[in-house]
Amino acid sequence: MSTFKFPPSITSRPVYGTLEPRSGKHHLMIADAEGAEALFDLVEKDPDLIAHAHIMYFPAADDTGYAEKLKAFSPSKLYVGPSYSAAVPRLRRILQDAHMGLQVYLAGTEGLMGQAMSEATNAGIPHTAIQTEHRGSVARRMQCVHCKGITENVVTDPFTCSHCGLNLFVRDHYSRRIAAFQGVCVDAEDPGNVPPKRELYS
Amino acid sequence: MTIQFNDETFRDDYTFTNSERAIKRFPFPFHEDSYMYSVNMEQHQGGPEGSIYEKRFDVDEHYISEMKDRALVLDEDPLRCQSLPHMTLAGWDLLELIMVSKSEDYPDLFELHRDGNNWHWINKPLGIEQKFVFMDESTLPYGPMEYITRQTQGDFALLDQRDENLWMDAGTVTTQADWSLDFDIGMNFFEWHAPVPLAAEMGVFKRALKFLLNIQQGMPARRLNWTMTVNPLLDTSPENYHKWGVQKTTLTPENVGQKQYLRVELQTFFRLPRSNGMVFPIRCYLISLEDLVTIPKWGRRLHRVIRDVPEELATYKGFIDNRPLIVDYLSKFDDGAPTSDGVWPD
Repeated sequence: MSTFKFPPSITSRPVYGTLEPRSGKHHLMIADAEGAEALFDLVEKDPDLIAHAHIMYFPAADDTGYAEKLKAFSPSKLYVGPSYSAAVPRLRRILQDAHMGLQVYLAGTEGLMGQAMSEATNAGIPHTAIQTEHRGSVARRMQCVHCKGITENVVTDPFTCSHCGLNLFVRDHYSRRIAAFQGVCVDAEDPGNVPPKRELYS
Repeated sequence: MTIQFNDETFRDDYTFTNSERAIKRFPFPFHEDSYMYSVNMEQHQGGPEGSIYEKRFDVDEHYISEMKDRALVLDEDPLRCQSLPHMTLAGWDLLELIMVSKSEDYPDLFELHRDGNNWHWINKPLGIEQKFVFMDESTLPYGPMEYITRQTQGDFALLDQRDENLWMDAGTVTTQADWSLDFDIGMNFFEWHAPVPLAAEMGVFKRALKFLLNIQQGMPARRLNWTMTVNPLLDTSPENYHKWGVQKTTLTPENVGQKQYLRVELQTFFRLPRSNGMVFPIRCYLISLEDLVTIPKWGRRLHRVIRDVPEELATYKGFIDNRPLIVDYLSKFDDGAPTSDGVWPD
């Protein structure tokens, strides 16, 4: 199993659930890497979903067959893309055609779910109506509060901003609009005194 | 009443000063010798003559210099003023509220002449004269919220009310106690307060929200909040924290009285008529410890409060490392005598 139980945190930090089948005419499922496992479990709960499912999937570089297995389910539509960011125009187009009764399911890393949720809410779907299930890496998508640049796949605290190079600590404060956690300079009061990097949740 | 406006800076050479009058009317926030969070709301319907509570939007000797500082911040970082698309109407509500309040409360400084939707605004201290059409954005140099908040002291959060919650969907924020409008815009009341320690567990936010949701037009409310700032720096933003954070390490026993400031926020809450939104002005007042202790009751009390405030709060408010220095300094002004109830000087 690729699940991780996040410890309780502050109210702005997203909490994730377990995908449950809901009734609806269309089912948009977006997942990356081990998020595929959450889709497998979802389809197992209600095999009828798959005939009306549109799946967008982003396998990890070392994908061990999740994409193949999803294909074997024969969903109504399956898109396997190289990266979420490459698929954003496609997702926006799909959301343009979304009708009442569309169910959205997100699974995988926080960065993937957060960004896809932001697109879906921009398209008018309330965030509370979107189901999420975390699977796989606990890497975070971080915004540098100083330069506003986004650093993807942050797995240590502190980390180095990939834009301005400041050493940032990882906060749990989260913006749904930006789909990122907040990174704040860790050595502002004592420049150069950067604590050793620790793996997140280690 | 005439106000002698200071020519002063809140950055670099920090020439900011408080006159004796400003010290006397400083909003000292501690009504007893200790502090813990509470929903310390009261009606904002005036106050003692000359106090900062008297007018709806207090204008003081720092007005012109604060507006210059805001313009500098906005030049450097336009993200400090943002409005989500559905908030324009609330921006007009705010412009009207401030123009009407200021022209009524300070007729010698501000004038508003209205002929239907053709408005004529005169701001004498800033030398601004503007004729515009109310509700027509094309007739102002900025959007309505930005236009009026560039002429009004304090930060402004414009809140939308829906789903039994308040959403921070617009604001002008350049004098903040270390929170980011750009990051928090779009969040609800509980989300933007999420980083505050202890208070949520105490139920403070649930009760505060319940109070705020019920505020009616013409019945504004207010409360005080406080923190500590080294140097009279208005822009203690997270955006610039990597630049100003190091100033916190410059305190010494010799300079703490001059360089350490008590920073008090007068937070007010007004219902807006057309949008049914709310405006949440957060007005910052700064006073050096050296000036503060000229009021003996305040010196005694601040010593006791800072000494005893829980560690989580001192950390969150960012003065945990400097607390020993501050307490040491203030202890010289605390003879152990009892203090009277309430915030006012004896």
